[in-house]
Amino acid sequence: MAQEPLELILFRQLSSSLAIPIFMVDADGDMAFLNEAAEQLLGVRLDEIDEMPFEAWTTGFAARDEAGEAPVESLPLVRAIRERRPAHGPLTITGGDGVSRRIEITAFPLEGARGRFIGAVAMFWEAATDE
Amino acid sequence: MKVTFWGTRGSLASAGPETVRYGGNTACVQVTGSDGTCVVLDAGTGIRRLGSALSKDLTRVDVLLTHLHMDHIQGLGFFDPLFRPGIEVHLWGPPSTTQDLRARLTRYLSPPLFPIRVRDVASDVHFHNAPDSPVDIGGLEICGAEIIHPGPTVGYRIRDGDRVLAYLSDHEPAMGGDIEARDAARWTSGVDIAMGADLLIHDIQYSPEERAERIGWGHSSSLEAAAFARLVGARRLAAFHHDPGHDDAAVDAIVAEAAEAAPEVGVFGAREGASIDL
Repeated sequence: MAQEPLELILFRQLSSSLAIPIFMVDADGDMAFLNEAAEQLLGVRLDEIDEMPFEAWTTGFAARDEAGEAPVESLPLVRAIRERRPAHGPLTITGGDGVSRRIEITAFPLEGARGRFIGAVAMFWEAATDE
Repeated sequence: MKVTFWGTRGSLASAGPETVRYGGNTACVQVTGSDGTCVVLDAGTGIRRLGSALSKDLTRVDVLLTHLHMDHIQGLGFFDPLFRPGIEVHLWGPPSTTQDLRARLTRYLSPPLFPIRVRDVASDVHFHNAPDSPVDIGGLEICGAEIIHPGPTVGYRIRDGDRVLAYLSDHEPAMGGDIEARDAARWTSGVDIAMGADLLIHDIQYSPEERAERIGWGHSSSLEAAAFARLVGARRLAAFHHDPGHDDAAVDAIVAEAAEAAPEVGVFGAREGASIDL
């Protein structure tokens, strides 16, 4: 597999040391990395996933907002990718472990030194547990 | 493609009897293509002697800067071609997020740090952001890529026919993760531009013990440089950017550590004045 852009390499390393859940996607929107805290909250393990393309993570966690099933285009990380600006919002998701959780998400795009779009990052935290 | 080392020291020039074998001048490497194209990698203090040695008939020279730390630009104001009429001097280097190369570099080449402004030199100076896709300079194909080092920093890959030189003078790939991990080729800085190089010129400033106390300073240990050379499958590794506090014996020891860690790679210490024909 080809080398990732420098900014993703550095953000991955930083994320590995953070306690707040981090989910990082590449310029195509495909999952590039999630840290241990994100593994716990999403109920999935990075080592057990070969890949998680855009279509998989945008639909795989049964994201719901106050109106019901959350449209893909409303997800904060998707907005960060498509609108190239930070986005924030609450969601309820069901993780790979079958547990539903209310989370808050802040997502932002990663642009390299020359303005090149590198990918995007979502940091999120649990608001409450609803099992 | 011929590679000549005019300065191999890192951080600060360190002339003296204790550094006479590897040299005391800071980073400067001349690359001469098989068609005679002349490219200079970095403008440390070593570039002063190179400038005096270049043919007066030269009509163009390209200086590829990896970054703008002083040990990589300090010699630029003493580069003889800069003051010759009738020659084009093309300066390449990384922009920052807010300033292009010209704005960044002229902060040094202007008062109060330097007496002469770039606009007042006799040569025809051109500024270019370091290429992030291949460009041809004469018969050489050049490509740059951002690599891990404090501040905007690039490494360069230079191809001449089927020969490849990779130059990563200041590089701390270990800051991005484990260079020897299963997925290291994907998650290690500099891999793309160094892959399969016939000659890899790479930062090897520290012993492992020194590096442990200088994490984040932007440089590599002997073992990290060796691991990186193995990762990219380099045929030869020129250990570069010697610490100014290391005498020749200390550099010998660091190079020997790298050679032992990467026996399949031809490891040697870059010495000022040495040339290699690829």
